[in-house]
Amino acid sequence: MELDAKIPAGPLETKWSQYKAQAKLVNPANRKKLPVIVVGTGLAGASAAASLAEQGYPVTSFCFQDSARRAHSVAAQGGVNAAKNYQNDGDSVYRMFYDTLKGGDFRAREANVYRLAECSLNLIDQAVAQGVPFAREYGGYLSNRSFGGVQVSRTFYARGQTGQQLLLGAYQALMRQVSLGKVTLYSRHEMLDLVVVEGKAKGIIARNLDSGIMERFAGEAVVIATGGFGKIYYLSTLAMGCNGSAIWRAHKRGALMACPSWTQIHPTSLPQSGDYQSKLTLMSESLRNDGRIWVPKLPDEQRTANDIPEQERDYYLERRYPSFGNLAPRDISSRAAKERIDAGFGVGAQRNAVYLDFSKAIKEQGKDKIKEKYGNLFSMYKKITADDAYAAPMKISPAAHFSMGGLWVDYELMTTIPGLFAIGEANFADHGANRLGANSLLQACVDGYFILPYTLANYLSGELKKEKITTDHPEFDRIEKEVIAQLAVLCEIKGTKTSDYFHKKLGKLLYDKCGLSRSAQGLTEAIEGIKVLRSEFYKDLIVPGTAGEINSELEKAGRVADYLEIAELMCHDALSREESCGAHFREEYQTTDGEALRDDENYCYVSAWEWKGKDNLPLLHPEHLKFEFIKLSVRSYS
Amino acid sequence: MKIHLKIWRQKDAKAKGKLVDYMLDQVDHHMSFLEMMDTLNEQLILKGEMPVEFDHDCREGICGTCGMMINGQAHGPVPGLTACQLHMREFEDGATIYVEPFRATAFPVKRDLKVDRSAFDRIIQAGGFITANTGQPAEANTLLITHKTAESAFDSAACIGCGACVATCKNSSAALFTSAKISHLAKIPQGEKEAAKRVLKMVSRMDEEGFGHCSNTEACEVECPQGISVLNIARMNWEYTKANLLKD
Repeated sequence: MELDAKIPAGPLETKWSQYKAQAKLVNPANRKKLPVIVVGTGLAGASAAASLAEQGYPVTSFCFQDSARRAHSVAAQGGVNAAKNYQNDGDSVYRMFYDTLKGGDFRAREANVYRLAECSLNLIDQAVAQGVPFAREYGGYLSNRSFGGVQVSRTFYARGQTGQQLLLGAYQALMRQVSLGKVTLYSRHEMLDLVVVEGKAKGIIARNLDSGIMERFAGEAVVIATGGFGKIYYLSTLAMGCNGSAIWRAHKRGALMACPSWTQIHPTSLPQSGDYQSKLTLMSESLRNDGRIWVPKLPDEQRTANDIPEQERDYYLERRYPSFGNLAPRDISSRAAKERIDAGFGVGAQRNAVYLDFSKAIKEQGKDKIKEKYGNLFSMYKKITADDAYAAPMKISPAAHFSMGGLWVDYELMTTIPGLFAIGEANFADHGANRLGANSLLQACVDGYFILPYTLANYLSGELKKEKITTDHPEFDRIEKEVIAQLAVLCEIKGTKTSDYFHKKLGKLLYDKCGLSRSAQGLTEAIEGIKVLRSEFYKDLIVPGTAGEINSELEKAGRVADYLEIAELMCHDALSREESCGAHFREEYQTTDGEALRDDENYCYVSAWEWKGKDNLPLLHPEHLKFEFIKLSVRSYS
Repeated sequence: MKIHLKIWRQKDAKAKGKLVDYMLDQVDHHMSFLEMMDTLNEQLILKGEMPVEFDHDCREGICGTCGMMINGQAHGPVPGLTACQLHMREFEDGATIYVEPFRATAFPVKRDLKVDRSAFDRIIQAGGFITANTGQPAEANTLLITHKTAESAFDSAACIGCGACVATCKNSSAALFTSAKISHLAKIPQGEKEAAKRVLKMVSRMDEEGFGHCSNTEACEVECPQGISVLNIARMNWEYTKANLLKD
């Protein structure tokens, strides 16, 4: 299979406008004949569903949550990037493009990344028009702050709840379309399979989570916007319900998965405190604007943070990366934290954390200013830990956060199954091997508001004259039966261990062997370990109740069953890439000072994987990345 | 620590529910309340019983999914928290804790502690938005909004839609939820244009959904995990009266 990313020819600056000028359109009267299915109502899904409905396509939208407003975009704290250059500090579309590409360690497409930066300008206008209450200067102009991996202030924010406010903007736009009858919204519905007819995506099978009833939905295109699968590590910053099932089921129906092992481990989360723990709460990266990260210079330090004098503190990010300091990119900051923790300099009861210290900022700017900027984060910290971060440094630790990997898509955001699109975190596209802070909200919005509405029309125009597939088609029958049978298998094992037991074991295994650092030996062991765990899962799982009722445990079991397969692909992906790049750090490939050693000669490609059945190895299809406009360089932040 | 739980169990909307006793004897005081519930569920499943169904998702207080009455208080005894942020250190060893669903006519119980809050979505559908299509809106900085206005709009917009206000109100009123959205959008110039139409439609939908009236006890503000102020309700009433008076 030769992968064609369909990148338009011509100069970088005009590729997207050229594409839009030449893309096929569907006339307004015909749009209502072309129903579209959008799975997921986070920023990507809600913005896409609302935008497509505004254009006149009948949209059916799905979320597993009880309301579209609860998708996990809601939890993004720090902000959204845009190259507005309001601060007159040298920002531009090109600079943002370059920062993002470099941040991703040159493992993304130039054309995609440039388009992301270009569309960022419009997104802020869009969000303001919807009423998103971004932070403002006293005169009324929009305010900005800085994020990791960049030297300009291009991040727009709404206190520490930017994701919530952007999502509410998209949600309200979606609700408006629901009230107009243009979108039919099914909350508490989980997509359990994709229906492909004659090679094209034509519908989904979804389970009504409140009744257990299986339902069929047909459409001329299916858009997957179900977010990332970082919850595979069990302990993560994600919501409990976040999962990889929709993309995995699509993968098993023929859509390639790209770079699934590239997971961002976020540097500033709260450390684990016990085995019962269900998630790790994120503390926004924006805190690194004013917080300084350090560990004691002495291992096994027993004094409290405030008792350790200045000269006995190791500000290791400032030491190793002087020009970016505490704002080094996430992969680098997380790895540096792990290095110090593993070397025995960790702090806190479990010695698994580092300090994030605001004392200097409080001294310089005053407590009130710090409170205004980060008040909700400090109070969140206090709620969870009962500690006052104004008085003593926060204790933070790395945690699984964002999936750079996902369904492979071309420039049009279409997967390798015609008619199946993937947007937002669910796809692999713009972030390369590491995502810069405040680019995830951006990518989700840009995909949904500005890109998909153009590229989908280009595809749908070709479907207009084709015969319409309905849910009576035998493929719907066949696939629905398969899904029902899968659920029955899970319910009938009647073993002795819960889904959480398996999920926790898998998460630990994956975090140790396919997390912040990886090695050939560890990954090989992990693949074997996952197989053993998977076979134990199918022998000893217990799911109470039946498939015909509300059953949270059955929902979990289905997701864990998929995680047990995704995990194996992640390990194969990490094993096959014999270089270090971004979040993918192979212990065998590092410089003498412990920095990532990239191999552009042999690995300058996106690894797209094809499912070959459960008993066969996945097949790699490399998409070679061509850099026409920039020169690959060693990513240095020192 | 040991905990004695009395949890509301109800099979579905039509079934009759009751409080059921559960004892947990190895609760770590660092656990969150929901992690304590996870521990209970794990034990129930292994005993062959049905676990307690409860809503939860982000577990960091922002998605608004979790919600239960804990000892008669929405989200439990600590102000400004959602149930997922409540930790067991807030309870005494040996404590008895009553756990019940958010109760309101407009929030029918689905099972155990899970309730149907879709009425909130329908209130937003009635007008909780700005009519602005995706496309090419004006350059953001051509619209100046003072720091004070933006911060005030944010305070209203911070609502997470959990329903604690409704569950707390003796009239099951959704006035705090509805007014928060009305105020957010009425305070900023983008939303001002539709303010009159919006308030009339949203208030009327709120009534149709079976929520009660506000009688100004202000209990909702006390229990709101986001600290949404009752001044939003005053604003809603003012907008409502203004809209009715100026209606042609």
